[in-house]
Amino acid sequence: MKEKKAKRIVYRSEREMPLMVISVGSQTHNLTGAWRNIRPEIDLEKCLKCGICWKFCPEPAIEIVDERPVVDYDYCKGCGICAEECPAKCIVMAEERK
Amino acid sequence: MKKVIMGNHALSYGAMLSRAQVIPAYPITPQTQVVELLSEMCASKTLDAKFIKVESEHSAMASCISASAAGARTFTATSAQGLALMHEMLHWASGGRHPVVLGNINRAMAPGWSIWTDQNDSLSERDTGWMQFYCSSNQEVLDSVIQAYKVGEALMIPAMVILDAFALSHTYEVVEIPEQDKVDAFLPPFKPEIRLTPDDPHAFGGLTGPEHYFELRYKLQKDMEKAPALIEGTGLEFERLFGRRLGLVDEYKCGDADLLFVSSGTAGYTANVAVDLLRDEGIKAGNLRMRVVRPFPFETVRRILGKAKKAAVVDRNISYGHHGIFYQEVKSALYGVKKAPPVFGYITGLGGRDITPDTFKEIAAHALAKDGPDEEIVWIGVKR
Amino acid sequence: MKKDKKMTLTLPAEELMSPGHLACQGCGATLAMRYMLKALGQRTVLCIPACCWAVIDGPYPYSCLDAPIYHCAFETAASTATGVKAGLEMTGDTETTVVAWAGDGGTFDIGIQALSGAAERNDDIIYVCYDNEAYMNTGIQRSSATPYGAWTTTTPVKHFKDRPKKDIVAIMAAHRIPYIATASVSHPEDFVKKMKKAKAIKGTRFFHVFAPCPTGWKSRPDDSVKLARLAVQNAYFPLFEIEDGEKVTINLKLKEKKPVADYIRLQGRFRHLSEAHIAAIQDEVDARWARLLKSC
Repeated sequence: MKEKKAKRIVYRSEREMPLMVISVGSQTHNLTGAWRNIRPEIDLEKCLKCGICWKFCPEPAIEIVDERPVVDYDYCKGCGICAEECPAKCIVMAEERK
Repeated sequence: MKKVIMGNHALSYGAMLSRAQVIPAYPITPQTQVVELLSEMCASKTLDAKFIKVESEHSAMASCISASAAGARTFTATSAQGLALMHEMLHWASGGRHPVVLGNINRAMAPGWSIWTDQNDSLSERDTGWMQFYCSSNQEVLDSVIQAYKVGEALMIPAMVILDAFALSHTYEVVEIPEQDKVDAFLPPFKPEIRLTPDDPHAFGGLTGPEHYFELRYKLQKDMEKAPALIEGTGLEFERLFGRRLGLVDEYKCGDADLLFVSSGTAGYTANVAVDLLRDEGIKAGNLRMRVVRPFPFETVRRILGKAKKAAVVDRNISYGHHGIFYQEVKSALYGVKKAPPVFGYITGLGGRDITPDTFKEIAAHALAKDGPDEEIVWIGVKR
Repeated sequence: MKKDKKMTLTLPAEELMSPGHLACQGCGATLAMRYMLKALGQRTVLCIPACCWAVIDGPYPYSCLDAPIYHCAFETAASTATGVKAGLEMTGDTETTVVAWAGDGGTFDIGIQALSGAAERNDDIIYVCYDNEAYMNTGIQRSSATPYGAWTTTTPVKHFKDRPKKDIVAIMAAHRIPYIATASVSHPEDFVKKMKKAKAIKGTRFFHVFAPCPTGWKSRPDDSVKLARLAVQNAYFPLFEIEDGEKVTINLKLKEKKPVADYIRLQGRFRHLSEAHIAAIQDEVDARWARLLKSC
């Protein structure tokens, strides 16, 4: 499988475009974190390592790094499902600092 | 090998010899024999293809399109109401650049229910980005299917092979069935550069904004503009292999004609007969049969009609509120051509009413009696 | 943090969906896609008609999925999938799973003819309907999947929808296809398990997936999973599977059903409903649940 380009693609001419309407890049250039007005903050001291926040993230913008959940704020849209579903209640949705 | 077959079976043989791989089809009169024979060929393994018994023409074209996207050569056939139901997907096939080949049996549109021929079904799809080949014999039907794949796959543009209901679809003629290995040499397997596969995952046909859509349509038109030369080129290559020429038009005694018929379909063959009868009477008639309507063969039409003294365009179709469709097209091609002949427009044969040599003689008498057209539509054979 | 505890993920770790996509906050349909791809893996072709996912995936020339997609016409999810399967097989690929992925409008309404055709032929595809109970992508118009009582932009409060949701699962069961399952984004383990089971079956497989839509349901984005869970727990959307059109298995047996009012009251689209309306909904849910238990 080829790696897709994560950058924004700007075709300057029809000659650069493939014949068919096909994707050649990923959507990861689109930093949806800008949509957010509340942000999840995880208190790792209280984390049960259950993975539920990771499981229910619709982006997904929660990665598991060294057995801990880490929010990718570049993409997190601030829906709050992780905070709502966390059984330890260790995620709070804080006002976004802009 | 020579065989006596009906026009519908000529389509089936064309698809078989082209080694169509996926054939989704839905029955409609007068197309049924096309798909009946193909389903038998698939069942008996004469043809290694998947025959999908879809529940509508709309699904037939949708399945053709996606199978083509997956890299398979696809074929289907329909007529009139079925073609109209496919309309949305016809745009999809050309816009997605999927070289599907479709056999369409020209049949008049309902209501009232008609199963007899006229061209309004296929000409209503003129602007969908498909190539259109109008045939006048069963041999031409078979040969055109093979040529349509060759040209369509080179340009990634779909193509319709069109024949008249009953006048051709159910008429038996002697047809030379080419040998498979010779067809294989002419038409190699379909191998699109980009196809739908997990090995190289792409999203096909996603949301396309104003910054890109325009260029994609520009490319389609530019490729369509390459089609006339390619059709002539593949026609010559076909002639070298099979001895039969497949050009953009079919000229019959055009060189010295005082009156040139512009015709299409089986009426285009009848016109040749009329030309000979008129010449017996001392009238120098000729016939330009339009074989390819999209892409429109501008240069060829200008070259041939530019030398004619008078032209009579015979339309088995009508654009309500305008004129006969071929008449409009021919006039637009001649616009600005110096010494262009007067062009007369005749509408006849709608809903399967016969077009006979006498029809052409009546047209000739009308056109020769006048210096130029004094009305845009001359109706031939309508009961008034 | 509990230092000694090992983290065990209950779903496959592989992510075939990457962020940056265009779904609204708290989108259930997006979770459904993520879970399905975790179950099926990369050798999957998706056929997506007009629906929210036609937009979520990203505009040309981008895609947020690592699986190939054919964006198809609204009513052609099933017939497109049929064609892809045939095309792949004729070009030597018999392994790839072909999925039609459509919303409720594309399934219950405009796409039902092609779906019925494919199911009757038992074409070798998985058809997934992610159901958010209205035409959400076009701006919340009612579909035949919209439930009784709901507000939409075409069923305004004064004329809220007064007909029940179409029973698509019963329609599909009547086709006697080998496998049908309901699934909910609140129960991803169950969803993944059934999707893996479906992958191993040949023929037409149908999934009806409950996918809350905060935008269209006028609910809080953080309530999406909770709403889906409540709908399972109160039998508004029970989890079950049907094999060969006959053998019904309830995946999550409910000892005690929660009242539907808790679910209804969390959504703005039902705000206008009176106690009597909600009681009518409760009666309908009870009757459906009793029928389901009887069919097992």
